[in-house]
Amino acid sequence: MTDTRTTAAHGGAIGLHGIKKWFGTFQAVDNVSLDIRSNEFFTLLGPSGCGKTTLLRMIAGFELPTEGQVLLDGVDISRLLPNQRPVNTVFQNYALFPHLTVAENIGFGLKMLGKPKSEIDSVVKDMLKLVHLDGRGNNPVTQLSGGQQQRVALARALAPRPKVLLLDEPLSALDLKLRKSMQMELKRLQLETGITFVFVTHDQEEALTMSDRIAVMSTGTVRQVGSPWDIYDRPAERFVADFIGETNFLEAEVISVSGEKARVRLSSGAEINATYPEGITPKGKVTIVVRPEHARLGSSGSGMLEGVLDDIVYLGTDNHFHVKVDGGSTFIVRQQNAKSGHCGFSEQERVSIAINDDVAQILRD
Amino acid sequence: MVSPQDVSEQRQKKEIRDRWFLSAPALILILAASVGPLVIVLLYSFLAPGNYGDVKWEFSTEGWFNVLFSRDIFDDTVSLADAHFLIFWRSVKLAFATTIFCLIFGFPTAYFIATRAPHNRSLWLFLITIPFWTNMLIRTFAIQEVIRSEGIINTLLLKIGIISAPIQMMFTDFAIMLGMTYVFLPLMVLPLYASLEKLDFRLVEAGYDLYASRFGVLWRIVIPLVKPGIIAGSILVFVPALSSYVVPRVLGGGKNLMVGNLIELQFGQGRNWPLGAALSVTLVIIVLFAMLYYVRNASKSGGSAHG
Ligand SMILES: Nc1ncnc2c1ncn2[C@@H]1O[C@H](COP(=O)(O)OP(=O)(O)O)[C@@H](O)[C@H]1O
Ligand SMILES: [Mg+2]
Repeated sequence: MTDTRTTAAHGGAIGLHGIKKWFGTFQAVDNVSLDIRSNEFFTLLGPSGCGKTTLLRMIAGFELPTEGQVLLDGVDISRLLPNQRPVNTVFQNYALFPHLTVAENIGFGLKMLGKPKSEIDSVVKDMLKLVHLDGRGNNPVTQLSGGQQQRVALARALAPRPKVLLLDEPLSALDLKLRKSMQMELKRLQLETGITFVFVTHDQEEALTMSDRIAVMSTGTVRQVGSPWDIYDRPAERFVADFIGETNFLEAEVISVSGEKARVRLSSGAEINATYPEGITPKGKVTIVVRPEHARLGSSGSGMLEGVLDDIVYLGTDNHFHVKVDGGSTFIVRQQNAKSGHCGFSEQERVSIAINDDVAQILRD
Repeated sequence: MVSPQDVSEQRQKKEIRDRWFLSAPALILILAASVGPLVIVLLYSFLAPGNYGDVKWEFSTEGWFNVLFSRDIFDDTVSLADAHFLIFWRSVKLAFATTIFCLIFGFPTAYFIATRAPHNRSLWLFLITIPFWTNMLIRTFAIQEVIRSEGIINTLLLKIGIISAPIQMMFTDFAIMLGMTYVFLPLMVLPLYASLEKLDFRLVEAGYDLYASRFGVLWRIVIPLVKPGIIAGSILVFVPALSSYVVPRVLGGGKNLMVGNLIELQFGQGRNWPLGAALSVTLVIIVLFAMLYYVRNASKSGGSAHG
């Protein structure tokens, strides 16, 4: 009997090559190419309707790509039926079989694979333990809470030991607290089983906390692929920067490029270093992004950008300072409330913004 | 003194009285339309036959006796009425086969409709129910037109040269079954559709995802979940098929009787109303037992919540 708690298992690698999907005259996925590595926690992140589910369904086999190939460990599986692919799905609404018990749900895949009853029983037992539902095997699934149903759905998809597990917004129906604990739980399961997880979400925070790598999608295309750090700190384009967290966009002009960095001049005349995405050589007028927590507020004349403090938003752990920069745009600075009491600035005061070293990023577009 | 308990008890009694009062129209209707006629039939089955039909108002068990036994007219020897047994048995067989055929044809039909785009489904349902707008007799004659010796099928087959002489289809059990299947098919399709339409097709996908074959998905997911529809449809087909009258009359000719024809015979040419009434009650009892047996079995094998 295979022990589900060993990490020796080999998760499959998924290759998507030039995937296009048309529904009639509507193109839901446009030329997506991705390489999802073995044993990886990979997330498809994007707003609702951008084609995440469609992409996932093409990996599972529920939809056939209009063009392009799906590879599993280098083998083309594009034309295989869902029941021929060693890939399992955790559905958004769980899709548990209401006429079967918890144990029957979890054992369903193994039973369909023709495994002997003794093996099914022992795997089901292990799975129940893995998702903390020991002793619930004989309950009808309809009597479980949302969180428990979620865990049954997970166990059911993991029981046949797929090479890849697909999860379509599995946590979206849970309340915040349960969601947080399930995030940890999923991460643990992925590490323990060694199965490649392809996780779909529209929640950027969820994506950042859980993923090894993230693909940010928009209207059927993949905009950027990278580690959470890449995606957050080094967004390649406006959509990605905007979709993930809060961002300040600044106009700037490139003065010089050396190695991985460029020297840019801000509208105020101040000069800073900025990184830039792979594949371009920045020149002329560019847009740079600076995260609110990567800048500091100071008294007038001390920084790189001057302006008037428009608004102070108190958020408990942080303060958000909305500064109307001379020349037009608003710049948000986030500062932690390290001390209790007043932040030391008042509204309508003239202030100065200093941008930290090596935090600015030039956008591609 | 009246205790609070008494008051609440009184209120409860009044509530129960009110409830009876409110449901009186329904009860009267049920009494008049279903229990009443049954009682009359039951009563007639215990009377003596009149000379020219009708009944004589005297108690007699002759009607019931005649269901099971037949008395020789000349020497009064009693033998089992095997003709009756035969006809009942044939009827049950034919009705059962009809139910199975309706399931075999009705299930894919209902599945097809339920998997169409929502705005197309009503059109398909409409098409399924169109035959219902025509008189059953006319529909039955239409079937006759298809299968009789000079009918469409035989003419076609003769023309192509597959057969050299027309196939005898009329006046066979096959004809009766074909006719009943055609006539009762919508009664199977509609409840099946109602169940299938409620089926969450994501469960079907989950089945495929978990390595089930097409047959596995059908057998382990779809059928258990639409079992209520299968039960309802089977009852709706089996019951009228068992007591079918028009179809066996037209397509079975005079020879291939079913219970319905046998009963009609007693009220008509046979002039034995008590026997007719007793046969009718027997039929009702058979239907009741068949249904009880079926429903109990179906829900037993259907798993827990959805049986
Ligand atoms: N079967 C389908 N037929 C037509 N359009 C579809 C179908 N499935 C998805 N779409 C469309 O494709 C787009 C992407 O859908 P989906 O992949 O579900 O997005 P997401 O999961 O990112 O929210 C949406 O505009 C949706 O309306
Ligand atoms: Mg989706």
